Amino acid sequence: MQLKIQYYALMREQAGRSEESFETSAATPADLYDELTRRYGFTLTREQLKVAVNSEFSDWSRRLTAGDAVVFIPPVAGG
Amino acid sequence: MRFRFTQTAIDTTQARRELLDLGAGGYVSFEGWVRDHNEGQEVTRLEYEAFQELAVKEGERIVAEALRRFPVKHALCIHRVGALGLSDMAVWVGVSSAHRGEAFDACRFIIDEVKHRVPIWKKEHYRSGDSGWVNCERCAAAPHHTHAHA
Repeated sequence: MQLKIQYYALMREQAGRSEESFETSAATPADLYDELTRRYGFTLTREQLKVAVNSEFSDWSRRLTAGDAVVFIPPVAGG
Repeated sequence: MRFRFTQTAIDTTQARRELLDLGAGGYVSFEGWVRDHNEGQEVTRLEYEAFQELAVKEGERIVAEALRRFPVKHALCIHRVGALGLSDMAVWVGVSSAHRGEAFDACRFIIDEVKHRVPIWKKEHYRSGDSGWVNCERCAAAPHHTHAHA
Protein backbone atom coordinates (compact mmCIF):
# COMPACT_ATOMS: atom_id res chain seq x y z
CA MET A 1 0.00 0.00 0.00
CA GLN A 2 0.95 3.60 -0.53
CA LEU A 3 1.45 5.91 2.46
CA LYS A 4 2.25 9.61 2.62
CA ILE A 5 5.12 10.37 4.96
CA GLN A 6 6.26 13.80 6.10
CA TYR A 7 9.58 14.46 7.80
CA TYR A 8 10.51 17.28 10.15
CA ALA A 9 13.63 18.67 11.79
CA LEU A 10 16.45 16.15 12.33
CA MET A 11 14.51 13.43 10.53
CA ARG A 12 13.96 15.66 7.49
CA GLU A 13 17.70 16.21 7.28
CA GLN A 14 18.50 12.53 7.73
CA ALA A 15 15.90 11.42 5.16
CA GLY A 16 17.02 14.16 2.76
CA ARG A 17 13.41 15.07 1.97
CA SER A 18 10.41 16.64 3.64
CA GLU A 19 7.81 14.23 2.29
CA GLU A 20 7.30 11.25 0.08
CA SER A 21 4.78 8.69 -1.08
CA PHE A 22 6.08 5.37 0.17
CA GLU A 23 5.08 1.87 -0.94
CA THR A 24 5.21 -0.50 2.00
CA SER A 25 3.75 -3.61 3.53
CA ALA A 26 4.34 -2.29 7.07
CA ALA A 27 1.29 -3.09 9.17
CA THR A 28 1.89 -0.50 11.90
CA PRO A 29 3.80 2.76 12.45
CA ALA A 30 6.33 0.73 14.46
CA ASP A 31 7.02 -1.58 11.49
CA LEU A 32 7.16 1.42 9.18
CA TYR A 33 9.70 3.20 11.36
CA ASP A 34 11.93 0.11 11.40
CA GLU A 35 11.73 -0.11 7.62
CA LEU A 36 12.52 3.60 7.13
CA THR A 37 15.37 3.45 9.62
CA ARG A 38 16.99 0.70 7.56
CA ARG A 39 16.59 2.92 4.51
CA TYR A 40 17.69 6.29 5.92
CA GLY A 41 19.71 5.42 9.01
CA PHE A 42 17.64 7.48 11.45
CA THR A 43 19.57 7.89 14.69
CA LEU A 44 16.57 8.44 16.97
CA THR A 45 15.12 5.32 18.52
CA ARG A 46 11.40 4.68 18.48
CA GLU A 47 11.32 5.24 22.25
CA GLN A 48 12.41 8.84 21.64
CA LEU A 49 9.63 9.55 19.15
CA LYS A 50 5.92 9.97 18.99
CA VAL A 51 3.94 9.24 15.87
CA ALA A 52 0.98 10.93 14.22
CA VAL A 53 -1.37 9.37 11.67
CA ASN A 54 -3.63 11.68 9.68
CA SER A 55 -2.59 14.66 11.82
CA GLU A 56 -3.46 13.13 15.18
CA PHE A 57 -1.23 11.41 17.74
CA SER A 58 -1.39 7.65 17.30
CA ASP A 59 -0.34 4.41 18.96
CA TRP A 60 2.64 2.66 17.43
CA SER A 61 0.50 -0.48 17.06
CA ARG A 62 -2.35 1.09 15.06
CA ARG A 63 -3.15 -0.75 11.80
CA LEU A 64 -2.14 1.42 8.87
CA THR A 65 -4.36 1.65 5.81
CA ALA A 66 -3.63 2.83 2.27
CA GLY A 67 -3.42 6.60 1.97
CA ASP A 68 -2.63 7.24 5.64
CA ALA A 69 -0.41 10.25 6.30
CA VAL A 70 2.30 9.41 8.81
CA VAL A 71 4.59 11.81 10.69
CA PHE A 72 7.27 10.74 13.14
CA ILE A 73 7.72 13.33 15.87
CA PRO A 74 11.23 13.81 17.28
CA PRO A 75 11.66 15.30 20.78
CA VAL A 76 10.00 18.70 20.68
CA ALA A 77 11.64 22.02 21.59
CA GLY A 78 9.11 24.82 21.32
CA GLY A 79 9.15 27.95 23.44
CA MET B 1 -7.96 30.63 17.29
CA ARG B 2 -6.34 30.56 20.71
CA PHE B 3 -3.08 29.09 19.43
CA ARG B 4 -1.45 30.16 16.19
CA PHE B 5 1.81 30.47 14.30
CA THR B 6 3.37 33.49 12.65
CA GLN B 7 6.25 33.75 10.17
CA THR B 8 6.89 37.36 11.17
CA ALA B 9 7.42 39.27 14.41
CA ILE B 10 4.72 38.65 17.01
CA ASP B 11 2.44 41.69 17.33
CA THR B 12 1.95 41.81 21.09
CA THR B 13 -0.16 44.99 20.97
CA GLN B 14 -2.72 43.26 18.76
CA ALA B 15 -2.49 40.01 20.72
CA ARG B 16 -3.09 41.78 24.04
CA ARG B 17 -6.15 43.48 22.56
CA GLU B 18 -7.72 40.06 21.94
CA LEU B 19 -7.71 39.42 25.70
CA LEU B 20 -9.58 42.56 26.74
CA ASP B 21 -12.67 41.90 28.86
CA LEU B 22 -14.74 44.23 31.00
CA GLY B 23 -14.64 41.63 33.76
CA ALA B 24 -10.86 41.33 33.73
CA GLY B 25 -8.86 43.07 36.43
CA GLY B 26 -5.53 42.34 34.86
CA TYR B 27 -3.48 40.37 32.41
CA VAL B 28 -0.26 38.36 32.56
CA SER B 29 1.98 37.65 29.59
CA PHE B 30 5.09 35.63 28.95
CA GLU B 31 7.56 36.29 26.14
CA GLY B 32 10.15 33.67 25.20
CA TRP B 33 13.26 35.27 23.65
CA VAL B 34 16.21 33.89 21.71
CA ARG B 35 19.14 33.67 24.10
CA ASP B 36 22.81 33.89 23.14
CA HIS B 37 23.85 30.68 24.87
CA ASN B 38 22.61 27.16 25.53
CA GLU B 39 24.30 24.18 27.18
CA GLY B 40 27.69 25.91 27.12
CA GLN B 41 27.52 26.90 23.45
CA GLU B 42 27.37 30.44 22.05
CA VAL B 43 24.19 30.69 20.01
CA THR B 44 24.09 33.10 17.06
CA ARG B 45 20.66 32.37 15.54
CA LEU B 46 17.82 29.87 15.53
CA GLU B 47 15.38 28.22 13.20
CA TYR B 48 12.00 26.98 14.35
CA GLU B 49 9.82 24.62 12.40
CA ALA B 50 6.51 23.02 13.27
CA PHE B 51 4.17 20.28 12.14
CA GLN B 52 1.56 22.97 11.99
CA GLU B 53 -1.56 20.93 11.38
CA LEU B 54 -1.10 18.90 14.56
CA ALA B 55 0.65 21.69 16.48
CA VAL B 56 -2.33 24.01 16.17
CA LYS B 57 -4.68 21.26 17.38
CA GLU B 58 -2.47 20.43 20.35
CA GLY B 59 -1.90 24.11 21.16
CA GLU B 60 -5.65 24.73 21.09
CA ARG B 61 -6.16 21.78 23.43
CA ILE B 62 -3.61 23.21 25.86
CA VAL B 63 -5.28 26.63 25.96
CA ALA B 64 -8.70 24.97 26.35
CA GLU B 65 -7.34 22.94 29.27
CA ALA B 66 -6.02 26.12 30.88
CA LEU B 67 -9.41 27.78 30.52
CA ARG B 68 -11.10 24.76 32.17
CA ARG B 69 -8.53 24.45 34.92
CA PHE B 70 -8.19 28.11 35.92
CA PRO B 71 -11.01 30.68 36.26
CA VAL B 72 -9.57 33.11 33.72
CA LYS B 73 -11.29 35.19 31.03
CA HIS B 74 -9.21 34.70 27.91
CA ALA B 75 -5.93 33.10 26.88
CA LEU B 76 -3.88 33.13 23.71
CA CYS B 77 -0.54 31.72 22.58
CA ILE B 78 1.39 32.72 19.45
CA HIS B 79 4.54 30.91 18.34
CA ARG B 80 6.89 32.14 15.68
CA VAL B 81 8.46 29.85 13.07
CA GLY B 82 11.29 30.45 10.62
CA ALA B 83 14.64 32.13 11.13
CA LEU B 84 15.13 34.15 14.34
CA GLY B 85 17.99 36.29 15.59
CA LEU B 86 19.17 36.96 19.12
CA SER B 87 16.56 38.64 21.34
CA ASP B 88 13.77 37.97 18.85
CA MET B 89 10.55 36.80 20.44
CA ALA B 90 9.90 33.11 19.76
CA VAL B 91 6.68 32.71 21.72
CA TRP B 92 4.07 34.84 23.47
CA VAL B 93 1.42 33.76 25.96
CA GLY B 94 -1.21 36.11 27.37
CA VAL B 95 -3.99 35.53 29.90
CA SER B 96 -6.59 37.94 31.25
CA SER B 97 -8.64 37.29 34.37
CA ALA B 98 -10.62 38.92 37.16
CA HIS B 99 -7.74 38.42 39.60
CA ARG B 100 -4.00 38.10 39.09
CA GLY B 101 -3.32 34.76 40.79
CA GLU B 102 -5.09 32.56 38.28
CA ALA B 103 -3.69 34.60 35.38
CA PHE B 104 -0.12 33.84 36.51
CA ASP B 105 -1.00 30.16 37.02
CA ALA B 106 -2.70 29.76 33.65
CA CYS B 107 0.12 31.55 31.81
CA ARG B 108 2.70 29.28 33.44
CA PHE B 109 0.62 26.20 32.64
CA ILE B 110 0.29 27.12 28.97
CA ILE B 111 3.98 27.82 28.31
CA ASP B 112 5.07 24.69 30.20
CA GLU B 113 2.65 22.45 28.28
CA VAL B 114 3.49 24.05 24.93
CA LYS B 115 7.18 23.32 25.47
CA HIS B 116 6.48 19.67 26.24
CA ARG B 117 3.63 18.72 23.93
CA VAL B 118 3.46 20.81 20.76
CA PRO B 119 5.39 19.49 17.73
CA ILE B 120 7.78 22.41 17.26
CA TRP B 121 11.51 21.99 16.72
CA LYS B 122 14.40 24.37 17.23
CA LYS B 123 17.72 24.30 15.41
CA GLU B 124 20.48 26.30 17.06
CA HIS B 125 23.40 27.73 15.12
CA TYR B 126 26.56 28.24 17.17
CA ARG B 127 29.49 30.63 16.92
CA SER B 128 31.73 27.58 16.44
CA GLY B 129 29.99 26.96 13.11
CA ASP B 130 28.17 23.88 14.41
CA SER B 131 24.44 23.58 14.59
CA GLY B 132 22.06 21.19 16.26
CA TRP B 133 18.43 20.30 16.82
CA VAL B 134 17.68 20.98 20.48
CA ASN B 135 16.82 17.81 22.44
CA CYS B 136 17.57 15.63 19.43
CA GLU B 137 21.31 15.43 18.98
CA ARG B 138 21.95 14.76 22.64
CA CYS B 139 19.10 12.27 22.74
CA ALA B 140 20.74 10.45 19.89
CA ALA B 141 23.99 10.31 21.81
CA ALA B 142 22.35 9.41 25.11
CA PRO B 143 19.07 7.63 24.50
CA HIS B 144 18.21 7.49 28.18
CA HIS B 145 17.32 11.17 28.29
CA THR B 146 13.57 11.49 28.40
CA HIS B 147 13.22 15.14 29.34
CA ALA B 148 11.61 16.11 26.07
CA HIS B 149 8.83 13.55 26.31
CA ALA B 150 5.63 14.69 27.98
